[in-house]
This record gives sequence, structure tokens and C-alpha cells, in this order.
Amino acid sequence: MAASSERSPPPFPESEEQELEHDLEEDEEDSEEGADIFTGGTLSDSAMDPPLPVSSSEPPKDIFSEPPADTFKDPLNKTSAEKAASGGLSKAQAAVPVKVAADEELDDLFSDSLGESGAAPVTDAKIAPLLDLGEEPQKSDVIKKGAGKDDASTEVLSAPQNDVIKKDIFEEPPKGAAKDLPTDIKDGNAAGKKPASTDLFGDDDDEDLFKEPLGAMTKKPQGSLFTEAKSEAKAARPEQSNSAAADLFTEEAFTVTPVVAAAKSSVNTSSKTNGLHSDEEDLFAEATVELSLDSPHNDRRKREAAKPSAPAPSLSASASTSKPQPKTLEELEEEEKEDTFDLNISVTNPEKVGDGMNAYMAYKVSTQTSLSMFRSKQFTVRRRFSDFLGLYEKLSEKHAQNGYIVPPPPEKSILGMTKVKVGKEDPSSAEFVERRRAALERYLHRVVSHPSLLQDPDVREFLEKEELPRAVSTQALSGAGFLKMINKATDAVSKMTIKMNESDVWFEEKLQEVESEDQQLRKLHAMVESLVNHRKELSVNTAMFAKSVAMLGSSEDNTALSRALSQLAEVEDRIEQLHQDQASNDFFIFAELLADYIRLLGAVRACFDQRMKAWQRWQDAQNMLQKKRETEAKLLWANKPDKLQQAKDEIVEWEAKVSQYEREFERVSATVRKEVIRFEKEKSRDFKKQIIRYLESLLQSQQQLIKYWEAFLPEAKAIA
Amino acid sequence: MKGSNEDSAQSVNGSSIKITDVTQDGDTLTFAITSQKSSSSAGVCVFRTYEDFEWLQQGLFSQEDVPGLQGVIFPPLPSKPLPSTSLSQAKALKQLGFLALGDEWMIYCKALELYLQQVAAHTTLSKSKALYSFLNSSESPGKQCGKKGILNRLSQAMEEMRKEGHKDVDEFFQSERDSSTNLSALFKLSTEKFLDVVLNKQRLALACGHFSTSLHLCVNQDNPTAVAFSKICLKLSDIIEAVKINYEKVSDNDISTLGLGLDLESRYQEAKREMLFRRTCKLVELETANRNSERAKPNKKAIMEGVQKATQKEFDIISSVAKQEIEHYHRDRVSLLRDFLICWCEKQLSTARESSALLSQHLDACKKFAV
Repeated sequence: MAASSERSPPPFPESEEQELEHDLEEDEEDSEEGADIFTGGTLSDSAMDPPLPVSSSEPPKDIFSEPPADTFKDPLNKTSAEKAASGGLSKAQAAVPVKVAADEELDDLFSDSLGESGAAPVTDAKIAPLLDLGEEPQKSDVIKKGAGKDDASTEVLSAPQNDVIKKDIFEEPPKGAAKDLPTDIKDGNAAGKKPASTDLFGDDDDEDLFKEPLGAMTKKPQGSLFTEAKSEAKAARPEQSNSAAADLFTEEAFTVTPVVAAAKSSVNTSSKTNGLHSDEEDLFAEATVELSLDSPHNDRRKREAAKPSAPAPSLSASASTSKPQPKTLEELEEEEKEDTFDLNISVTNPEKVGDGMNAYMAYKVSTQTSLSMFRSKQFTVRRRFSDFLGLYEKLSEKHAQNGYIVPPPPEKSILGMTKVKVGKEDPSSAEFVERRRAALERYLHRVVSHPSLLQDPDVREFLEKEELPRAVSTQALSGAGFLKMINKATDAVSKMTIKMNESDVWFEEKLQEVESEDQQLRKLHAMVESLVNHRKELSVNTAMFAKSVAMLGSSEDNTALSRALSQLAEVEDRIEQLHQDQASNDFFIFAELLADYIRLLGAVRACFDQRMKAWQRWQDAQNMLQKKRETEAKLLWANKPDKLQQAKDEIVEWEAKVSQYEREFERVSATVRKEVIRFEKEKSRDFKKQIIRYLESLLQSQQQLIKYWEAFLPEAKAIA
Repeated sequence: MKGSNEDSAQSVNGSSIKITDVTQDGDTLTFAITSQKSSSSAGVCVFRTYEDFEWLQQGLFSQEDVPGLQGVIFPPLPSKPLPSTSLSQAKALKQLGFLALGDEWMIYCKALELYLQQVAAHTTLSKSKALYSFLNSSESPGKQCGKKGILNRLSQAMEEMRKEGHKDVDEFFQSERDSSTNLSALFKLSTEKFLDVVLNKQRLALACGHFSTSLHLCVNQDNPTAVAFSKICLKLSDIIEAVKINYEKVSDNDISTLGLGLDLESRYQEAKREMLFRRTCKLVELETANRNSERAKPNKKAIMEGVQKATQKEFDIISSVAKQEIEHYHRDRVSLLRDFLICWCEKQLSTARESSALLSQHLDACKKFAV
């Protein structure tokens, strides 16, 4: 069990700290209790208990929505540095360091379950709480503490039902394996727990905040745990009893074991002192990566097993936005850990539909995924350009005001599209269509790679639904008009900025960074454009040279020379093709990337604007409140008790509004912060990816060139 | 000339002629030319300006004691260099083509060097007194000569218009003339196109340079994310720099091998055409003489026949020399072009290999890059 606990990502983001702080105090007490309970439970029950305390203090939403790295690191750092001191720590953590007794108990627990030496348990105990997902705590809460804790836990934990099942599954193997307890008992336990937990969770389903990738990660660890337990104990039991879950775990077993081993070794080393956290971090980082690879798959299966019909939890903007509380920058940054998910979207087969000026291009949008939020693994829909714009409109309506960076779609090009509509077969219109197709594909990728946007029902509908209602009024929003609007808004806001005394330097600096980056990218874009033009020119010139060499070859009298010249003409023809390819590579890789990011920076600025607006609202409300208070004072002075009551009511009302707007502002600020950091990471990743692609294309063309020259050299030497 | 017995001693080893240095003084370029006599290992170094080269060429044209001189294909002298900065690069390019490219007149020197080597390697021309004094005299011979060359050229051009289409009596020469006209135009065209390609590559290298420099401006060290992004930008900058260097190398290769070769070849074609034209002029002269002698009144017939015979003899010598020259030229040009092509190909190959190795290094580094 201890090993298994290491695996599971610790759910707890610091963002919750403030929200939960009052809870935490309670929680800490709870945790102590819980620890006691657990230890008691351990003795009687099994190894599964130790992880329980951790999660109870932490809200599951965060756990799920946040990347695992984060969760891993935070707990570790904290445990090492401040142990119980930090309010945001899980109960378990708090409980462990503070209470020696608890440690001992835990030790007992661990030693029992895993049969490891006494040294290990300490670290295990620490790690376990850290890593443990919300699920275990839930279990503990649900099962052991009963109804009394339910309220807290439901609030905190919105774990889906599958989790429950998993836990059960989970519990069984370790018991059987490590403790050699009778399987009957295990089964009994499992059965007993299941109903209780399901009830609990059934309630929670509605507010399920669970994001796919993250959820996957959290679940995965358990799987690995399980496998470990299995491998250690070699108990075949669990599989039979819990077939669905068992399958899942068995699948994972192979991939997971090495990680587990690593985890163990590190655990051992770290058991000696607290100071070895770096090791642990590495370890976990490793583990996370591996886990994340398989996670979606795992996740899906589990979900299916648990409750196939359960609606995918939509992480509504409000839910997620309510969560972020002021955090330190580092934490925010850590939060952004690569989330891999199994969702592959391609936009293909552009097709002209209709004739004349009413014609439009339809694109095939095919999705391949194993995410359970979609009805099937593979589906294809046809969408026209305005549908993409419509999607953007819907998303920005819902999410932009909360400070999210909504990826902008490609611009509408009247000129390009008119050409397509009018012209039959024209290379420039073919290029236009291909360029737009690629842009749309990138746009969709950006949308779905955003964890919050992916959860939006409109996105799912866009990808899945056969027929979409025709998007209207996309004209106004798309294209240059759209950009202009953003620019206007930015200008207006920059005027406002002067008024707004920025309380947070970070935002001020970031905004400036964004502005200057915008300039730089525009400059770079111009450079790349000229580069592309030069390349195109080069390919034209090379073609002409090839042609003249071919003519030379055909009128040359010396046969060997003539032959060589003809060969040379062919080589030059191929080189011309290379130049052409390189030009389009330059264009599609860099020019389009930069153009995308220039547009995205517009969206970033827009989200700064949203924050500004929220601030404005808050300030206005404050001014209003101030006025109301003055009125009250006047009334008090004038001694008019009848109106006084009304004034007081108004004050209360405005006080509520002020605090609401303040919260909103805080919330938007936090989201913007998070989004900007996410954006920057995404940007680095994107650029890196594109640079690698570019390098590969360069390398390929060089190698092609080598081949051409190598083939030509003997021809040249053959000239007598 | 000091004496015929010294001829062999004077003859210069063609391949030893080198232009080792060039200095620019205002509008004048001065070339340092070293050479070795084939009989001794001692080298001679002289300084010559372009005027001296013109003098040499003129001297070669106007040798009096060589039979069939008009049948000789004179190695072509490159046009006058335009070192003055007041002249735009474009004009220099138009006049000199490839020879205006390259650092420090390197390519032009190479072309002059080739010219001297070809003169020295020529069986007839290598014996010329002018070449000897050009290579050995410490004084600058060029100042002694007037500028009649230009006038000659002009009148030649006028004549050319008239006589270019003159039907030849000899089928060999007729076909040579046709193919020469055709080929020389084609070579000129190819050279121009190739020049365009090279210039384009240079512009591309320049654009890459700009791009890579502006990437440096994106560097921002404020926070970890920005640092990561900056690193990526710098990496990209390195890569673009590598691309730029690659293009520079490739265009240098182009210039120093095939570019020079094509330029030389097209100038040679021109020289051949000139020779053929000189022969055609002689032919016209001969035909006139023939007609005159036929129509001549009996009292003048003897003189006319004398003239006709002399012209006929001269024309025959010229034709035979021309035939030899053309055959020689065909051999030479093929091997010359072959060498240039091979050299070009090898250079391009090694450049491509280098750059592909460099790129794959970059690729590896990039892949390892943690973001």
C-alpha cells in the first residue's frame, strides 16, 4: 500500500489554501482524528488507510484540474520546508509531522502492509499523504467517518463514482497480498464500502469538475499502485472479484512496474532524512510522465467500468474560476504541467460547396480520441468556415470575460475566398485553401489543448454533432474587423490603465512584455515573409537556369558534354523543387506560426482588458458604497430614522456587491495570470515543435541535395 | 625579341603564372603577377594594371611575322574592371557578370590569371614578344600604347552586321559559324541566369542574416518562461545563421567554379566568333579578288590574278590555322568545362554534407531542449 500511495498524485494545489483555510483548521483536527482512525483501521483493516488523511483536506476539483507535477511538488516542498506550518497542507501531512504518535501508527501501517523496514515508513507516510489522491480521503471520509464528515468531503471532493470503485478495487489487492487476509473479508469490505461511497458520490456527480487528462492521471497512479501490490503479492484475487478494474490494472502493470521500482528505491533513500526531496521530485516527475502517457486510456476504461452513462463532467467556467485564489508565481507556473491527452483532430478535404458567390468551402473535421467525454472513438463531421468562426464566438462569449485566452480563428479573407469562388483551378487559390485548412486545424488544436475550453459543450458539439445550426453574424467578428476591434479595445484600455493604479506589478510588466513581443513578432513575420519571397524567387530563377542549361545541352555538339548538361538541367529542376518546398516550409512553419501568435497576443491583450473591466466594476462599486455611506452619515446627522433604515439596507447591498466584484476581480486576475503562464509555456512548446519540424525539413532538403550531387558527379566525370 | 635561339628559354611555364595579389589605388587596380620560365625555377614578379593587359592583347593581335594570325582564337581578355565606388554595383554586375562578384576581386584575378595561362599555353601566342615583356619587364608597358582598340571594335561591329550572314564556301566553317552563334548566345543566357540564381542566393543569405539578428532581439531574461522562450529564439537564430552560412558557401562555390567557367566559356565563344568573322572577312576579300580577276581587262589581269593568288594563299593558311584552332579549342573547352563542373559538384557536395551535419547537430540539440 505504501508503494501504491507514492504513486497517486497528491491533490493539492495551493490555490485552495485561502478558500479552504478555515476548513483546514478543522481539517487538521479531522486529519488527526482520521489518522487515528486510520491507524486503528490499519490494524484491523489493511494498508489502504494511510493515504486517507491527505485528501480530505484538499478539494478534489483542484486535484483533477491541476497537472500532477504541481501536486507532486507542492506537497513535497511543503512537507520538507514547513511541514505542518503551512495551512494549505493536507491534513495527513500536518498530522504526520506534528504528531509523533501518528507517525508511529502510520509506520505500523506501512510496515504491516508492505512488509518494509521501519525506516521506510516515515518517508512513506509523508509521501503517501502527499501523493494521495482525493479518492482515498474520500473513502476514508465516507466510509470511516460517516455522515458527519460527508458534508465536508462532498464539498471538498467531487470525485466521480469510478473513483469509488477504484478504491475498492484498490483496497482489495493490497490487503490480500500484503496482509494475507482472507479474501472474503476483503470482498466484504469492498462491498460495504461501495454502496456508501457511491451514494456520496452520486450526489457529487453534478458538480463534477473533473478534467479528463488530470482525472486520468489521478486514476492512473492507483492503477500502478495496484499493479505493484499485485506483483508483490502476486494475488490473482482482485482481478476475479473486480473484473473491470482488474483488467485495467493488469494492463498497466507492465508499464508501471519500472516506475514503481524507481519510486521505491527513492523512497528508501529519502526515508533517512527530510532533506532528500529533490530525489523525490525527480522520481515523481518521472512517474508522472509515464503515467500521463497511458492515462487517458486508463481513464476511459475506468469510467466505462464505473458508469458508462455518466455524463462527462463539464468544467464550467464558473467552477474553475472560483477555484483560483491568489497564488505565488512559482506555484502557478508549476501548475502548468504538460497534459497529454488522447485527442487527435485533423481538418482535411476542403471541398467547394455550391456555386457562384454563395459557394463556400466545407472541411472534414475528423476526431480520434479515447476520451470518454465523446460518444465514440472516431467521428467525422463536415464544417464550413463560418462554423469555426461561430465556435470562436460562442467560446469567447462564455470564457473571455473570465479572463481566459480564447484562441482566435484564422481571419476571414474576402479576397482569397472570392478567388476560390470565382476561379476554377488556380494555384494561388489552391494555396489559399491549403493555408486556411492548416490554420483551421491549428486553431482547433489550440482550442482542445486548453483544458477548460475542451470541457465546453460547444466544443464537443462542434466536433461531434452532425448538423450545426448555421452560425450567424460571423461577418462582423471575423477578419480585419475583428483585429481592429481588439486594437480599439486595447487603446481604450490603455487610456484606462493610466487611471488604474496597478496593484500588481506582475500584470503591468506582463502587459508591457506582451506589447513589445507583439512588435517583435510582427517584425519577425515581415522578415520571414521576405525570406519566403526570396526563396520563391530563387526557385523561379533556378527553373530558368535549368531551362537554359537544357537548351545548352540540346545544342551542344560534344555528346558527353551535352549529356552532362542535360543531366545538370534535370538536377537543377529537382533543386528548384527543393527550393519551392523549402519556401512553403518556411511559410507554413514560420510565417503562419508567427501570424498565429500575433493573433494570439491579441487575445492575450483582450484578457488583460477583461481584468481591467473587472477592476473598473469593483472600483465603481466602491465609489457607490462610499456615496451611500456618506448619505447615511448625513441622514444620521439630520436625524431621519425612517430613511436611515433604507440607507443601511443599501449599504449592505453595496457592501455585498463590492465584495462580490472584488472577488470577481481577484478571480479574473488569477485566471489571467494562469492563462498567461499557460500561454507562454504553450508558446515555447509550440515554437520548439515548429523549429524541430523546420530543422527536419532543412535537413531533409540537404540530404536530398547530397543525393542529387552524388548522382551528378559521375556524369560530370564522364565527360571525355 | 632577342633571338630565336632564346625562344625556348624564354617561354614561360603556363601553369606557373599566378596573380598573387591585387591592390586598389583609386580607380586603378594593380595586379601582382608571378611566373616562372620553364627552363629555370627562378620566379619573376611584376606589377601590371589593366591597361597593361590591354596592351598585351593588342600586341598579340598585331603580331606581324605570324602566318595565319587571323585564324587564331585569341584568349579573351575580361572587360575592364570598375573598382570605383562611385559606380553602382548593378552597373559593375552588368558589365562584368560573375567577375564583379567575390571578395577583393578574387574572381576577376582568377579570370585574368586564366587568360595569361591560356596565352602562355597557346602554341603561337606563347612565342610573342609582348607576352615576354609583359611577364618580365619591370616597366609598365601599357602606357606606350594608344587606344585604337576601341575604334577597331566599332568598325568591326559595323562590318559584322554586313558580313555575318555571308555564305561560307566550306561546309565545316559554315556549320561552325552557325553553331558558334547559337552556342554563344545560349552560353550568355545561361551565364546570366546562373548569375541571377547566385545573386538570389546572396540575397537569401542576407535575409537569413536579418532574420537571425532580429531573433536576438526577442531575448528576454525576466522570468523562467521567458528565458526558455529566449533560448528557443537563440537556437533558431543559430539555425538561421547556419542556413545563411550555407547559402553563402553555396553561392561562393557557384561563383568560383561554374560561374567562372560559364563566364570564360561565353567569352571564349565570343573570341571564336571573332576569329571566324575575321576569316569570313578574308573570304569576302578573296571572293572580291576572284571576281575582279575574272572581270579584269587583259592588261590588268596579271596583277589581279597575282592579288587573287596571294589572297587565296592567305585565306588557305588562315583556314587551316582556324581549323586547327577550332579543334584545339573544342578539346580545351570540354576539358575546361568538365573540370569546372566536377569542381563545382564536389564543392556543392561537401558544402551540403557539412551543412547537413551541422543541421543534424542542431536538431539533436533542439530535441534535447527541455521546455
